[in-house]
Formats: sequence, structure tokens, C-alpha cells
Amino acid sequence: MIAATVPPPRVVLYEGAGSAPLDPDVRTRLLAALLDRGYAVTRAVPGGARREEASAAAFVVLGRFGGAVPDVHDAAGRTVHVHDIGMSTVDEAVALVEEARAGRPMNRPDAGAATWKPWFPVIDTARCTNCMQCLSFCLFDVYGVAPADHTLRVENPANCKVNCPACSRVCPEVAIMFPKYHAGPIDGAPVSEADVHREKMKVDISALLGGDILAKLRERSAEAKSRFSKERSADAALAERRRCLTKLADAAAIPREVLDALPTPEEIERRTAEAARKAAAARDAREHATGRAVQS
Amino acid sequence: MGETAGATPRVLYCRCAYAQVVPGDVKDAVLDGLARSSVAFEMVPDLCEMAARRDGQLADIARAVDPARPLHIVACWPRAVRGLFHLADARLPDAGVEILNMRAETAADLLARVGLDVGSGTGATPPEAPA
Ligand code: SF4
Ligand code: SF4
Repeated sequence: MIAATVPPPRVVLYEGAGSAPLDPDVRTRLLAALLDRGYAVTRAVPGGARREEASAAAFVVLGRFGGAVPDVHDAAGRTVHVHDIGMSTVDEAVALVEEARAGRPMNRPDAGAATWKPWFPVIDTARCTNCMQCLSFCLFDVYGVAPADHTLRVENPANCKVNCPACSRVCPEVAIMFPKYHAGPIDGAPVSEADVHREKMKVDISALLGGDILAKLRERSAEAKSRFSKERSADAALAERRRCLTKLADAAAIPREVLDALPTPEEIERRTAEAARKAAAARDAREHATGRAVQS
Repeated sequence: MGETAGATPRVLYCRCAYAQVVPGDVKDAVLDGLARSSVAFEMVPDLCEMAARRDGQLADIARAVDPARPLHIVACWPRAVRGLFHLADARLPDAGVEILNMRAETAADLLARVGLDVGSGTGATPPEAPA
């Protein structure tokens, strides 16, 4: 989960004055190794421009200083670790960066099951009309409203269910992208007229979820409660829920794991109502703001 | 998107390290081409992951965009990349930014567009890291 992590230290591969350039093979391998462990790297060369680094919390500077490691200070007082990697292997250089992190947790691509895959909706603001259908649809509080202008905002990206692109299907404007999806236009590829037409023809999944699917779920859940309690079978309960949600899964390409993780029908109902309330409030606030702007 | 031809480019490379949506051979070849050049650049593990954390580096980069010294972002679809910066409260200006797509273009074409000849080992006009 990303909420508990701190930004990793920023790595600077310094090949400017006072530092000899790295061997090109070593440079390629070092860059790949650092990036694949989650570290951003800036390469500095003579004549290269600098930009303001307001956001970095700490720096690790790597160079071939020939033993004369320079004394570097950050004007803002942030920690700067400087290392001579002239005699180091790629693994040793990477270890110096890891050491500078001092065990602070970070999301990283190479952590196996502990890795959070960055999967969340991204809005094409040039297409979005702020109709708030996505906000009404999402049960996991991913969407919110920007306080300044009451426009749609992806508030809690980490709440999104990995590999589930369902909300992209409810957007009438094809404005919702998942950059790590495998196909266009959901991955961000240009939107064609045919895509727009297809989206408008789609089943209204919000209605499906709030309507017959939910009703069926509730009805079957009540019916099944006594039966399942007698059978004591969690598998049977799961199978029942799956059968019930197949229509929704097929319509919106929702992965099985996401359906299995859905809350109880009562909780779904509560969250749907809450999301709808938020969406309606946002639409009202926008209308109000737009009306005020027109009057003035 | 801003037209950037003719000016000295700056380079931001996205490794897309948390998924396999960018072809591995393309992202490796682009990284290798940049690493073997004499140019400055900035590389990030995954713009998506940084956007989710609202990493301030994205705002720093967006703030530093200068139409006179165009920024080439080598990542994926331009719509997605602009949306990610926006999500991170770091709106990329229209002018001075060219987004190059590793999902749709070859490494040789991408490197040529940032001013690097594949195999030459140098940048004719050295681009600079985002300033
Ligand atoms: S459903 Fe689409 S158009 Fe409507 S607010 Fe969401 S992203 Fe914007
Ligand atoms: S911006 Fe594109 S290339 Fe970069 S991490 Fe996201 S999906 Fe991958």
C-alpha cells in the first residue's frame, strides 16, 4: 500500500567536473538496476541544465571521483549522501543507494507480493464533462471532487481494485483511462468515433449494479442464509455470489477477485447511496458555481 | 502539444517498471541509447506510481517546462501521461512538451526524435535533463 511509504531518495549520477564518466555498459546496467528497484535517477553532465528540486527529501550522488569525494551541501539543508563508485560493481553501487534509504518502507517493483501495482483511473480532462457518473458508480471511494472548482478528481488512487477497469465502461465520454490496461482506448490510445459510439451503446452498469443485480443479490442472500448456515459452506456462498454477478462481470470486464472481494449487498447499497449523494452534491455545487460565473 | 523541433531538447524517460505494458525490448533499447549518449537526462521508475503518490517531482518537472527548451517525455500514450501529471496536481503546459510513445514507436525512431542517432554513441546537440 502506498500510503505508508516515503519518497525514496533521489539518485544523481554525477558525470560533471571532477568526476570521470562511467563505462557505458556499467552506466546502462546501473540505471536499469536502480529504476527496476524504484529509484529515480538524474544524470548530470557538463553543460547540463539544472532544475529546482523542491520535492526531493534526500539525495544520493554517485560519481567516479578518483578518491576525492567532494563535500556537497544542499542549500535547503536536506541530506546528501555522496559516494565514489569508481571501484564499485553495479550491485555495490545499488547497495549504497539502498543503504541511504535506511530501511524506510517504499513501494518497489521488485518486492513480489508486497508490490502495489499502480492501477487506478486517470481522467482525460479534455473529454470529461464532470457528469459524475463514475463517482456514483465507484464503491471504493476512488473518486472525489476538487474543492476549488467542484470538478471530478481521482482522490484515492490506491483504493482502486487492481486490474479492474469497470468504471471506464460507465463513462459516456470515454474519458477514463487505465494506463496499464492492455488495449485502447482504455490504455490512453486516441479515442475514435467508433469508440464513442460503442461506449454510448453500453449497458448502463450503474443501473445494473444499483438495480436488478443488487436486488437479486439481496434476495438470494436472504434466501441462502439459512441454507448456507446449515451447509456451513463458504465455497457455496461464493459460488452463489459469482453466479449472481456474472452479468456484471461480463458487461464491465470485472476480474473475479474483485467480485469476490465485494462487500455484502447491504454494504453495497449503503455505499452506492453515499456515492450517489456525493455525485449529486458535486453536480449542484458546479451548477451553482457556473450560474454565479454567468451572472457576474 | 507544443511543437518542439529545432530547439535543444531535454529528456524524461519512464521505465514503466510495475507492469509489462511497454514492450521490454523497446524500453531497454531506449534506456541503452540514452545511457550510451553524452547527454543529460532524468529517468523515473514509473510515472503511474509517482502520480498515485502525488510525488512532487512531477510538479517540479511541470514547473520547469520552457517552450524554448522543449521537454521530451519518453513514456506511453500522450493522453495518459498528461492525465497522470494532472492527477498529481502538476499540469503540463501545452507548449514545450513532446510526449513520445514507447507503446507505439520503435526505439530507433524514439531516439532519433530526441536527437540521438542509434549506434553513434553521442548526441549531436546534447539535450539536457529537465531544468
Ligand atoms: S463519467 Fe466520465 S465524463 Fe462523467 S465525470 Fe466521470 S470521467 Fe468525467
Ligand atoms: S506513464 Fe505509461 S509508460 Fe509510464 S509507467 Fe505509466 S503506463 Fe507505464
